[in-house]
Order: sequence, then structure tokens, then C-alpha cells
Amino acid sequence: MNRREKEQYLREYAVLKAKGKPFFPYVIAKDGAMVMIVIGIILTMSYLLGGTIAAKADPTSTTVVPRPEWYYYFVFELLRVVKPAAITPLATVGIPTVCLILLLLLPFYDRGPERHPLRRPIATTAGVLTILVTGYLTWMGAEAGAPTEIAMPPSANVVNKEDPETVELYLKGREELPSLGCLACHQIGENGNHGPGPKLTDIADRLPEAGIAQTLRNPTAPMPSYQSLEPEKFKAVVTYLGHLTKENEENPVEGGGE
Amino acid sequence: MLKLPSVPGGAPPRPGTPAAEPASLKDNASEAAISALGWLDERTAISGTARWVMFRKVPKGTNWFYTLGTSTMMAFLSQVVTGVFLAMYYDPSPNNAYESMRHINNDVFLGQFVHGMHRWGATTMVVLIFLHMGRTFFFGAYKYPRELNWVIGVILVLLTMIMALTGYLLPWDQRSYWATAVGVNVFASAPIAGPYLGDFLRAGPEFGATTLSRFYAIHMLLLPGLIGGLIAAHLYLVIKHGTTAPPWIEAEIDEDLRKSEA
Repeated sequence: MNRREKEQYLREYAVLKAKGKPFFPYVIAKDGAMVMIVIGIILTMSYLLGGTIAAKADPTSTTVVPRPEWYYYFVFELLRVVKPAAITPLATVGIPTVCLILLLLLPFYDRGPERHPLRRPIATTAGVLTILVTGYLTWMGAEAGAPTEIAMPPSANVVNKEDPETVELYLKGREELPSLGCLACHQIGENGNHGPGPKLTDIADRLPEAGIAQTLRNPTAPMPSYQSLEPEKFKAVVTYLGHLTKENEENPVEGGGE
Repeated sequence: MLKLPSVPGGAPPRPGTPAAEPASLKDNASEAAISALGWLDERTAISGTARWVMFRKVPKGTNWFYTLGTSTMMAFLSQVVTGVFLAMYYDPSPNNAYESMRHINNDVFLGQFVHGMHRWGATTMVVLIFLHMGRTFFFGAYKYPRELNWVIGVILVLLTMIMALTGYLLPWDQRSYWATAVGVNVFASAPIAGPYLGDFLRAGPEFGATTLSRFYAIHMLLLPGLIGGLIAAHLYLVIKHGTTAPPWIEAEIDEDLRKSEA
């Protein structure tokens, strides 16, 4: 804005202001009504949802999949979307930092006198796109890797060809595994976080069942040991992991994706 | 004034003058209130400020979108009040933090309700502050002469997000512990400043006991002070420049005003 435009704005604003209403009581009443609604929402949410707490923090056991509050899901999702490890920091810290700086400096590079959203096509489009992308990432973050189940269907190769006992263990392992926190660091199919642990989608191609059991008992740091798991659960998880091969992944049971 | 001796037997009331009524309680009360305010005003000159704040004019066309800023501030004040009550019972040591939260939830009168208000109040404040920022953006209200206030507002958004992050750890349960551990690792993975930032947040190379007291101090001493101060500056500038009119409201040329200026 040059000097003439600044002066014109101030003149027009003075006219609008002179024709306006006093803050008290008109604006106070409106603000007050809205504040009542907000306080009402907080009270209702507290009454319905309460302040729950989970089990006590235990640095030695990773039985939970780390989940931030939902308004941080977009950062969490960037962590998953950006695959190559070399540029992960760029995505998780770089992109939010750049966005923050762009936001902070907004009035210094957008200096036009126009204020109407429809006559500022670039700013309005950028704003709407930012909202859409953040909303999409938040939604993806909420959907992705639901910690309660593995969306990858069980394999037809296992379910139809193995003996019933193994199939039972395989299916049990598939259900138990997400509650053990493996997906915090490993990925199975589309589920779980990409890294720091290796992908488990085809782990059985690389490690025999005994090797998997050995790793679970005596892992390399920072993975925690699953030595203390109940033997039955342990066996089920090992059986499930022991059947994760590329070939099995490509032959899912029909309609088994839940 | 010289007083004449009264007429024996008392003078009859003069016609036309009403008998003086004794001052009522109401008159005395309002007299006392006015003189107390007068005393205060004489020493602080606060009435000018109050008039400047309360009776300033707000441009016409101001709509419900303009209530989001006040709502955000009130959500913050709600956080302050509930936070003070939680701090009366909370113990920021790793051994007792979780037990003190259980104590708040299970034993303290209305404890879980106040805890819930603090938790969902945080969510509400985050939502409101982003709505407020969206309104300012789409109405072009960050432009001249309000650039500095936009910058203060963005810093407030950032501080609010850090407030939410540091508060999330305090219950010291599995959920908060692991989510914050991963969150801090994300910061620490940043190039150049990342490792230093990570060490600062964790209060050492490992995420653990000292991290909790550090987050507690940041969450309830550093940030509330910063946010409170910045809100004050934000409000001062809002009042100084006035709230914007919606961009579709045009200033009509006032013929009377033009004549008086000519």
C-alpha cells in the first residue's frame, strides 16, 4: 500500500467507525452470548467425555502406539507420508517451520490494499488450499494405522492350506499384535509407522520363525524385549509374523480386509 | 451564614417549600459508590481508559465472526482457572505425577470434571484460535495498519500449540508418555538446531524424569505469562486501531461530513 492508499483506507475506516455502534453494550452482548456458548461446550464435553487417564507411564514397555492429540495428526501424517529417511526431518520439521514463517510474515509480502476475499484470488486460493491439505492430512492421520487392528487381510495361502491349529494361532497373532505396540516402529502392509524399525510385511522371507522368536526375546536396541509375554500370545505372534511373506501378502482371503 | 434565633413556638412552614426529606438508604449508597470511584479516578485517571475501552465505536456490519477472538481469550481464562485448581493437587515428580492425577480423578470433589474441563478446554481453545486466524485471513484484517497485531496473533497460535504439547505429557500415563517421547524425537530430528532443541526439551540426552519437571515449568509458568502478556498487547492494538469492518461493507460518502470539511 502506498501512502495515498493508506490514507484512503484510514479515511474510509473513520467513516465506517463513526456510523457504527458503541462497544458497550452492543458488542459486549454479542461477545457475551458467544462466550456462554463456548463455556457451555467445554462443560458439556467435560461432562460427557471427562478427563480420563490411561495406565501409568512405563518407559520399559512399549505396549501403546504413540498417538498425539488430533490437532497434531497432520504432523504425524507427514511423518508417514514422507518415506525416504533422508528427508524425513525436512518434512516433519521443515514444512511446519516454513509454513509458520510464511504465516508470520504474511502482512509483509501481501501488501495490496484489497481486502475482499473474492478480489484477492491468490490469497484466498492459498488459504483454502492450506485448510484442505491440513484437513486431509488430519483425516488421514486419524484413519491411518488404527492401533486396534491390522487392515491387511489374512493370507489365503495360510488359512486354506495350513493345519487348523496353525491357522488359529495365525489369526490370534494377527489380532494380538497391534496391542503390543509393534506398529509404533514397524510397518505391516499399510499399517503402522514407517521406521525406525524395518518393515515386517515380508519378514518371513528374511527370517525363519525361530529367528523371529529369538529377535523378540533378545532384540537389538532400542526395541524392547517381549520375553515376558504370555507363552501362548508369544507363540501366536511368532506364528503370525512367521507367515508374513511376499507371496502370502499377494494372496489375501477374499473379503477378509474387514 | 449567620443563624437567627428561632421564633418561639416554631415558624410555620413557608408556603411553596417542600419539607426536606431525610436522605434515603439508596441515595446514601450511590453517594458512597460515586465518592469511592471518584477517589480511585483522582489517583489513577481510570475513567478515561474505561471510556476509551467500553464506549469506542465499532464499525457497522460487525457480525458473529468477530466474537471468535473474545471466545479464544475466555477459553484461555477458563484454562487458567481450571489449571490453578489442578495445580493445587498435581505433583510434578515422575514418581507421584500419575498417582496425583488418579487422586484428582477419583478422590477430589469435582476433580475429574475440572480435569476434563482443562483437557477439552485446550481442544476448544486450539479450534477457536484457528477459526479466529481464518477469519482475520479471509477478511484481509491483517493489512495496514494491523500488521503487527497479526504477527502477535501468529505467535499466540504457536504458543498455544506448544502449551497443548507440554500439557499432554503431564498426566504421565502411557498415552502421554509415548506420544510426547515420539513428538520430542521429531523435533530432535531437525537439522542443525534439532539436537540442541531435543536436549533442551528432554532436559538431557534421555527422555525421562527430568523432562516432566521441565515440561511442567514451561506449561504453567513460562507460557501462561507469555500468552497473558501477548494477549494484553494484542488487545491494546485491537482497541487502538479498532476492529475492521467486513470487507464487503463500503464506506458511503457522508454529505454532511464533506460540507463541514469544505
